[in-house]
Amino acid sequence: MVTTATGDPSLQDPLPRILEDGVRAAWPICLGYLPIGLAFGVIAQKGGLSPFEIGLMSLLVFAGSSQFIALSMMGSGAGLPAIVMTTFLVNFRHFLMSSTLAVRLRGVPQKWLSLYAYGITDESFALNLTRFQEGPWDWKRAFVVNQTANVAWIGSTVLGGAGGTFLPAGAFGMDFALPAMFLCLLVFQLKGAFHGSAALFAGGSAVVLSLLFEGNGHIVAASLLGATAGLFLKKGFSRGRGKEERQ
Amino acid sequence: MTDHLLLFAAMGVVTYLPRWIPLYLLAGRHLPGIWVEWLELIPPAILSALIAPALLTAGSPRHFDFLTPEFLVALPTFAVAWKTRSLAVTVLTGMFLYWLAGLYLCQG
Repeated sequence: MVTTATGDPSLQDPLPRILEDGVRAAWPICLGYLPIGLAFGVIAQKGGLSPFEIGLMSLLVFAGSSQFIALSMMGSGAGLPAIVMTTFLVNFRHFLMSSTLAVRLRGVPQKWLSLYAYGITDESFALNLTRFQEGPWDWKRAFVVNQTANVAWIGSTVLGGAGGTFLPAGAFGMDFALPAMFLCLLVFQLKGAFHGSAALFAGGSAVVLSLLFEGNGHIVAASLLGATAGLFLKKGFSRGRGKEERQ
Repeated sequence: MTDHLLLFAAMGVVTYLPRWIPLYLLAGRHLPGIWVEWLELIPPAILSALIAPALLTAGSPRHFDFLTPEFLVALPTFAVAWKTRSLAVTVLTGMFLYWLAGLYLCQG
């Protein structure tokens, strides 16, 4: 992982230091949000939303894929209940991420937890969790990562909506920034046979489920399946303790 | 405008609640060991579940496709991540390779 040259970060550090560490850590997310946010803004503007409304949506929802889906539903004349229900289902995966983060956020004041929750996205979850695991990392820096990503998302969507298509399609391979980040963070998570099997089970079942069912319920279902399979294997092995390693 | 505001606010609420409820309920307490062990396995599972369909399926309705440019670029990117264990190197390499793949596909 990237480490700061000036030594270990701590909660007691002055605010500018915490801000700097958080913003620095968030760069892959910002890079990845830029092309997606611009694209979203352009489509939203074509769909009749003003830059102000686009910014408001990004601020209130802050969940990219559900915003794209909502746009297309609005375009096809879907009503509020249908859009809101779909949004709920699409974004329910954050429930799992929040549960996982909870272990790392013990002792954080309730008010800050409520603010922290707002910033939990696929990207900030994956990045911060890895940082927490590899340490040293703390909730204030994690919070700065969340909010930096938030600013990048709101900014890029508004920019796109205001006609800012200054990025040619496919520029600099930026569309692959987030997949590459997720791949790397996945590699960091492969800490042994059981983590590896959880990933394999989850990935395999996600592909199968995504082919069988529309929407993106496969993410939550496959994650639960994968983690549970990994745990069963782990328990099985610790009881049997026969062979080891397979990845 | 008010219609949109109401819609976005409602979307915001249903997005926020699943983000907030686990933190609210779980961050203050010690979980039984088995739950902690299970939650430890959620990150590799969820990351894999997010990426695999994005790389290995295409189209709408989705179909299986292991020759997407994304998957072909993901293989060397994965190897770079494994070897270097550096987020920066992996992201930049992945972007570069994807850009190359785009050039090649445009001309070919």
